[in-house]
Amino acid sequence: MKRRGFLAVSLLMVPLRGQTQANAHVSTTDPLVVAITKGKDVIPGKVKLELPALAVNGHSVAMTVKVDSPMTGAEHVRAVHLISEKNPVREMATFYLGPHSGRAEVGSRIRLNGTQRMTAIAELSDGTFWSDQVAVEVREAACTDGG
Amino acid sequence: MALARIQVPKEAKRGELVEVRIVIQHPMETGFRRDADGKRVARNAIHSLACRYNGAEVFRATLSTGIAANPFLRFFLRAGESGDLDFWWLDDDENEGTARARLVVV
Repeated sequence: MKRRGFLAVSLLMVPLRGQTQANAHVSTTDPLVVAITKGKDVIPGKVKLELPALAVNGHSVAMTVKVDSPMTGAEHVRAVHLISEKNPVREMATFYLGPHSGRAEVGSRIRLNGTQRMTAIAELSDGTFWSDQVAVEVREAACTDGG
Repeated sequence: MALARIQVPKEAKRGELVEVRIVIQHPMETGFRRDADGKRVARNAIHSLACRYNGAEVFRATLSTGIAANPFLRFFLRAGESGDLDFWWLDDDENEGTARARLVVV
């Protein structure tokens, strides 16, 4: 009976765990992330990646990334890296900013090869890394099928 | 060859935040697409872009095929003196492009 109870509880846990991983934190063992951070920790927060929850097609999706920073000489954002989970080219873009930027906000239009999680990692002047991750549902993928 | 359109406010006050937008006419060819004969179209995307304001670099980006065709970029800078915004970019075919816009500071 004890074993049966344990099994029932563990089965209940499965869907719960699946849900919490939908917007899970960026993997620091990902070679692409390691190349950026050189093994340093990536802390969730400060970064806001704005993408639509659903895109009818992935050919051109509006993207905005904002970082909470005063953008002064002493404290500013050095770079913002954009990483795709499922695009054939995962390293999507890197934007280099500085105190002259005044505001840490960059917008663009991106291609998405299917439903995936998009990650933005910001590198600050104090050497710390902050991130945000957003799930985007894409109905018609770009890149590999014709577009 | 490459055409670009830059949007900056008509005038800015000194020290004010200015939003700069640029659209460049470029296919950002992924290298995965096939033409009518079934041949692969070679990858050709803008991979580097920089913006100088009165000669000093204020924005730089490395791009990939993950950026949509006719790449659009939007960023901010703090207005100092009246002067030129000089954009420069380079694609995989080693084609350079430049574009210039004037920022008037009052």
